[in-house]
Amino acid sequence: MSAGAVLRPRRGPRRGAGSAPPRSTAARRRVLGLDRDAWFLLLPALIPVLVLSVGPLLYGISLAFTDAQSGVTSSTAFTGVDNFKELRLDSLFWQSFRIGLLWAVCVTVLQFLMSLGLALLLNQNLRLRWLARTLALVPWAMPEVVVGIMWRLVYNPDAGILNNTLHHLHLTDGTTDWLSSLSLALPAVVVVGVWAGMPQTTVVLLAGLQNVPLELHEAASLDGAGLWRRFTTVTWPTLRPVVLSITALNFIWNFNSFGLVYVLTSGGPGGKTELPMLFAYDEAFRYGQFGYAAAMGLVMVAVIAVLLAVFLRNRLKEDES
Amino acid sequence: MSATDAAGPAAVPAPPAPPRAPAPDGSPGAGRRTARRRAGRAGQYLALLCYLVFLAFPLLWLVSTAFKSPQELGSVHPTWLPRHPTLDNFRTAFDEQPLLHSALNSLLIAGISAVVSVAVAVPAAYAMVRFRSVVSRAGTGWILVSQMFPLVLVIIPLFMVLKNLHLIDSRLGLGLVYVVWTLPFALWMLQGYVRAVPVSLEEAAAIDGCSRARALRSVVLPLLTPGLVATLMFSFVTAWNEFFFGLVLLKSPEKQTMSVILTHFLGAEGAADLGPLAAASVLATLPSLLFFALLQKRLVGGMMTGAVKG
Repeated sequence: MSAGAVLRPRRGPRRGAGSAPPRSTAARRRVLGLDRDAWFLLLPALIPVLVLSVGPLLYGISLAFTDAQSGVTSSTAFTGVDNFKELRLDSLFWQSFRIGLLWAVCVTVLQFLMSLGLALLLNQNLRLRWLARTLALVPWAMPEVVVGIMWRLVYNPDAGILNNTLHHLHLTDGTTDWLSSLSLALPAVVVVGVWAGMPQTTVVLLAGLQNVPLELHEAASLDGAGLWRRFTTVTWPTLRPVVLSITALNFIWNFNSFGLVYVLTSGGPGGKTELPMLFAYDEAFRYGQFGYAAAMGLVMVAVIAVLLAVFLRNRLKEDES
Repeated sequence: MSATDAAGPAAVPAPPAPPRAPAPDGSPGAGRRTARRRAGRAGQYLALLCYLVFLAFPLLWLVSTAFKSPQELGSVHPTWLPRHPTLDNFRTAFDEQPLLHSALNSLLIAGISAVVSVAVAVPAAYAMVRFRSVVSRAGTGWILVSQMFPLVLVIIPLFMVLKNLHLIDSRLGLGLVYVVWTLPFALWMLQGYVRAVPVSLEEAAAIDGCSRARALRSVVLPLLTPGLVATLMFSFVTAWNEFFFGLVLLKSPEKQTMSVILTHFLGAEGAADLGPLAAASVLATLPSLLFFALLQKRLVGGMMTGAVKG
């Protein structure tokens, strides 16, 4: 920001009449391009972050190369890549990994499509818009545990409203056990994931839509462009950067999610909804295999990073051409 | 799944139609165009209705279940609304689990960590906006990267570190973790608010002989107040709703937070007493819902200034 530059008088000669302190003393105080004032302001945030976030993260990465176990801190030994060798053959982990990817892709895509639809509707001058706006924000304010519990009540095979409604509409016989069915559990959980994640995406897309220039729409419309045409040529190009970042973030959040599925199915039935985080949680805090679980975490980060790099690079390339 | 299917991708509606000058009466295309526009409107309302159903029906069901009597909950033909609304489920919920105590725990932990988080985030956000340099870039990078790591990679070492500090199963320990957990977002939001404060005001204060600290305190801070409140509430809600850290770091039931206590209602085999479960869930949502209702506009605005300009 140009405004920020003005407030940095010590960097250069000050415009106007102000008497800046001598530059030499300021320069001596500079560390990493910041003067003492700035460090003083950053420090209160920096310390907890270093101690409780960056530090543990580095420590966690190093744990992936040890046989650390819960409760056994004294005899931890460096084991190199043993954990990763073992992990390579751990078919259960890879099963959960595949489920995690499938879940993340499904939830992210559906979240995006549904949120785009809702955002486009909310951007219109429709009558019940305020209600939809309010409702769309509610899932955000709810603890994920409550969201999970709520949907368990909906999916409940006997007392749930879903079976009852479907039965009344003569669509099913009303005895479906959604969360215990091998084939239906994952789709059922995906629906909950979409429901829970829609607010953020909708709000972000709505903000993006408000940046779409109305005049362009009018011009395109005068040129005879239909709705779809106007969407692809006017709305979408403006929205694109927003879409890119929110989709990438949603994918990461979904792949790493835990609480929702923990409450809904705890990974069941038969591991069909066992997300990698649930798997790693069990490994660490049920079986006490800290080192092994840390290795899982590291593999998850690595794969996400690679996927994201590919995704973002392709999208950026497209943007350039 | 009817609601979802109906509101699914197929229902993605048409992009906003800009206001068009009404076609002059009698022109050949006019009738067809208004008809088409009317059909479009109807389609939009239909889509909106589907969304409303999808968004609202689980909520309605949760609240309705919370007020139903055991007989009604056992009925084979559940009704949307309780026939004889009762508060029994709430009473039972309080009897079964230490709800009040866990609510106080959550309130204390989330409240204090939100205050601390915002207190350390304000100067940091200010520095990141006003002194743009390596560190502010590193800070922004950290905010983004911190979203990428699966929590299991952080929680294991954190568990070990806190254990060595005797802060496992301690509300203080969890509070500290929440400070760091809510910090990226607090920084994100506050940066947007700091950017909105005109630098000229600070310069004017400096010319009048104000030190930077004084200018920060008596010029910038008052202007930031609405943003501070919004960020504070958001941090509170984030910590209040958090589950994973609470699950791992707190073991004694008398210290656990509300999110964790709620899962006790589910029982070992997942067979739950539905009424009290729903009642407790409703209670657990109320504080954050209240904050959201009060600050809806500001929260969304704050997130957007952070996100769009970030």
